[in-house]
Amino acid sequence: MGATRERHTLGDRMLRKEDGRFVRGKGNYVDDVQLPGMLHSAVLRSPFAHARIESIDTSAALELEGVHAVITGADLEAQGLAWMPTLAGDTQAVLATDKVRFQGQEVAFVVADDRYIAQDALELIDVDYEPLGAVVDSRKALGEGAPVIRDDKEGKEDNFLFFWDAGDKEAAERAFQEAEVTVRREMFYPRIHPAPMETCGSVADYDVSTGQMTIHMTSQAPHAHRTLFAMVSGLGEHQIRIISPDIGGGFGNKVPIYPGYVCGAVASLVLGHPVKWMESRSENLMSTSFARDYHMVGEIAATKDGRILGVRSEILADHGAFNAHAQPGEEFPTGFFPIFTSCYDIPAAYAEATGVYSNKAPGGIAYRCSFRVTEAIYLMERTMDVLADELDMDPVELRRKNFIKKEQMPYHSVMGWEYDGGDYEGALQEALRIAGYEDLLAEQRKAREDGKIMGIGVSTFTEIVGAGPGKQCHIAGIEMFDSAELRLHPTGKAILKLGVKSQGQGHETTFAQIVAMELGIPAENIEVREGDTDNTPYGLGTYGSRSTPVCGAATSMVSRKVREKAKRIAAHMLEAAEDDLEWTGERFQVKGSPEQGKNMEEISFAAYTDVPEGEEAGLESVNYYDPPEMTYPFGAYLCVVEIDRGTGQVEVKRFIAVDDCGVRINPMVVDGQIHGGLAQGIGTALMEVIEFDEDGNHLNSSFMDYLMLTSMETPKYELGEFVTPSTHHPLGARGVAESPTVGSPAAVVNAVVDALSPYGVQHLDMPLTPDKVWRALRENGG
Amino acid sequence: MRIEVSVNGAPRAAEVEPRLLLVHFVREHLGLTGTHWGCDTSNCGACTVLLDGEPVKSCTLLTVRTDGHEVTTIEGLWSGTELTPVQEGFHQEHGLQCGFCTPGMIVTGTAFLERNPDPTEAEIREAISGNLCRCTGYENIIKSIRWAVEHPARSRESRVGSRE
Repeated sequence: MGATRERHTLGDRMLRKEDGRFVRGKGNYVDDVQLPGMLHSAVLRSPFAHARIESIDTSAALELEGVHAVITGADLEAQGLAWMPTLAGDTQAVLATDKVRFQGQEVAFVVADDRYIAQDALELIDVDYEPLGAVVDSRKALGEGAPVIRDDKEGKEDNFLFFWDAGDKEAAERAFQEAEVTVRREMFYPRIHPAPMETCGSVADYDVSTGQMTIHMTSQAPHAHRTLFAMVSGLGEHQIRIISPDIGGGFGNKVPIYPGYVCGAVASLVLGHPVKWMESRSENLMSTSFARDYHMVGEIAATKDGRILGVRSEILADHGAFNAHAQPGEEFPTGFFPIFTSCYDIPAAYAEATGVYSNKAPGGIAYRCSFRVTEAIYLMERTMDVLADELDMDPVELRRKNFIKKEQMPYHSVMGWEYDGGDYEGALQEALRIAGYEDLLAEQRKAREDGKIMGIGVSTFTEIVGAGPGKQCHIAGIEMFDSAELRLHPTGKAILKLGVKSQGQGHETTFAQIVAMELGIPAENIEVREGDTDNTPYGLGTYGSRSTPVCGAATSMVSRKVREKAKRIAAHMLEAAEDDLEWTGERFQVKGSPEQGKNMEEISFAAYTDVPEGEEAGLESVNYYDPPEMTYPFGAYLCVVEIDRGTGQVEVKRFIAVDDCGVRINPMVVDGQIHGGLAQGIGTALMEVIEFDEDGNHLNSSFMDYLMLTSMETPKYELGEFVTPSTHHPLGARGVAESPTVGSPAAVVNAVVDALSPYGVQHLDMPLTPDKVWRALRENGG
Repeated sequence: MRIEVSVNGAPRAAEVEPRLLLVHFVREHLGLTGTHWGCDTSNCGACTVLLDGEPVKSCTLLTVRTDGHEVTTIEGLWSGTELTPVQEGFHQEHGLQCGFCTPGMIVTGTAFLERNPDPTEAEIREAISGNLCRCTGYENIIKSIRWAVEHPARSRESRVGSRE
């Protein structure tokens, strides 16, 4: 059996073009890159969460046979490279000079013939540390006597990072004063990690003879990374080439620049050899960007019959030892948290956040989440259930009562967003239909009579994805547009080059489908290239579900630019006036004479063999697309759980997800993205967490204790499709991959709390591990 | 230490350090980079290979232990343009996204179907529970293996990956 020989276009469940190399084991990941003369590296990391470095002795390591270099912070300091800027406008130590500030921080970088010798050399480096007290709990970071972590900053005497607020504080205050009912719930969204199956790494290859630096790296944003490398290293941007080959999952983990990349590049410059740096799993979990770590308070003011009058939230954000928060500009210290009024029509809202430093790994990044939307929606959806409980109202009914109506679109939220269409009631209705909600409620009553612990949780939400617009969103000042370059060759086959970079999302297939729809040529005839800064147009990369909203739009627009020129050529070929031609979706034809027409294959050939006078040869164009607004995918999720009374184990029995991401370019790929996001969201709710002991020792630094869902814990997903075209996108499409991670944790927690509600449980913080659930049951007589 | 090992049907002799892990031997000494290194603790299964037909995690197996044995990697499962039903199943059922766990999943799934040619969904779930996937949420991987059950013949006319 093979793929059928259909001609695929937008909307088809086209099988993926990229699969061939992966199922054969022929993918090309960074660690697969082997270059002549390539050296390997290992990083010496701090065993302490907070300690002063008294001395570093590398002499024994340097004497080991096969070791080429041992780089320390002092070496980098001499070159002005000991510190680097972070995406959030802070500074981060590349290699520690004065102090170490989290366990696992980079202290020295060894380059050797192979990775085993490099590891051996680490054992021979003698570092004399003077341990200091550690700030582990963010709630104590600003307390009296807390050790000052960032004393590298002149005059810094505390661990305060930022204060931010948004919304109308007075209006919210009035709403709470006038409300008949108010609820308040503290909750913690724990620190978790994206943990892509491939860790981070690079092969830096400096060519002494040409002055060119090529870096093969696990990068979700190769162009932005090249610019940052140029700014930090002093090399010309034209002399740096970033190649992001096949990426083994990213989920935000591969957005920041890590010290290992910088050390690898420095080592290659100094030694004149290619140098590979590849993290182990423990290094990935301990030192690269974490996500979440938000202590939050959610408050809702409402009428007795459940009409919401106002919402408030208060956040304590732990950003670790260096602020390496990934966000669309420093103007967004809490990312897009202001989306927290979500899909509800709420007249007053206010949010404030305090950010602090702690002796933990730097972050936090947007792990499969458009910039803190996950935290915002979890807060809102948990607090909604708290209100429903207070009002003794069905959570479904409460949500229905407060939805923004589809007639209100385009809706302007009180927090300043313009929504691009949506039918939240319709999506919820569809989820309830799939679930058989009334029957489920009856089943739950029966289960409870039978002594079973069963719960039903819902979560309805809107996301906000697709940053820019460039005037609002940027990385280090570079506006968040994205780009596509399209060239049709004489035989009508095309190459499309993108500014984004897939980490598994299937761009080679879906972006070809967009061109196929726009130009009437089969997707099979379009090759998609990305991830090489020398050979693709400048773009800001793939994260925050921005590929389809921004680069997908650029692909549409560039196709239309090509079609404009094709029309002029077709007019010449048909000896007709341009105005007399019409586009059928397959070809240009003379109005009223359908027998006279030219398709894109014929036009392509003419573009190289018979161009009209005054027209340049060739058929190609480039588009840089700056989205006028973001897109707002939304969903309605329903989760059914059963809890084992004896062990506290939560089993997800059913998970229903109805997502609206607008027009679906490839429904198979969309479903796949939703499956994966649900597994990550359910994992977040049930088992994923990074914790520390009181000294700042990392407790989840391998896959033996950082638990992710396996095939045994994942339910069979029940997906529903809902399509409301986006009014902010030329194809009507929205991003999708992050909706399931945003929407599902609350559905699971709501279901578990619902299950435990007969035992008086009103809230449990994630992850809902068996011991936590068992204890909650036991303490309440269950 | 000198070892002699059959890798994907071809005899190989090598001088290796006793501590060399099998994953590094196949990847870096033999250039078979389809076997991936995802964790160091035998949890993720991206490094799964067959040792005398049984799936093993090559990140925690010393190369010297394979002396006199047969190792099969993902590259040994297919030849020329022909894919195995399991490989084809992953393509047909969208059983992969980033592709990093895929070779390990395919190796595990292949060995499993040798033992259990007509498994239930629950049996497939159990069979792949030692292989982690961060992208797919597993459902399509289960369907992919099931696809192979339903299409047992080698797919002669496979066009997966071929580009017109």
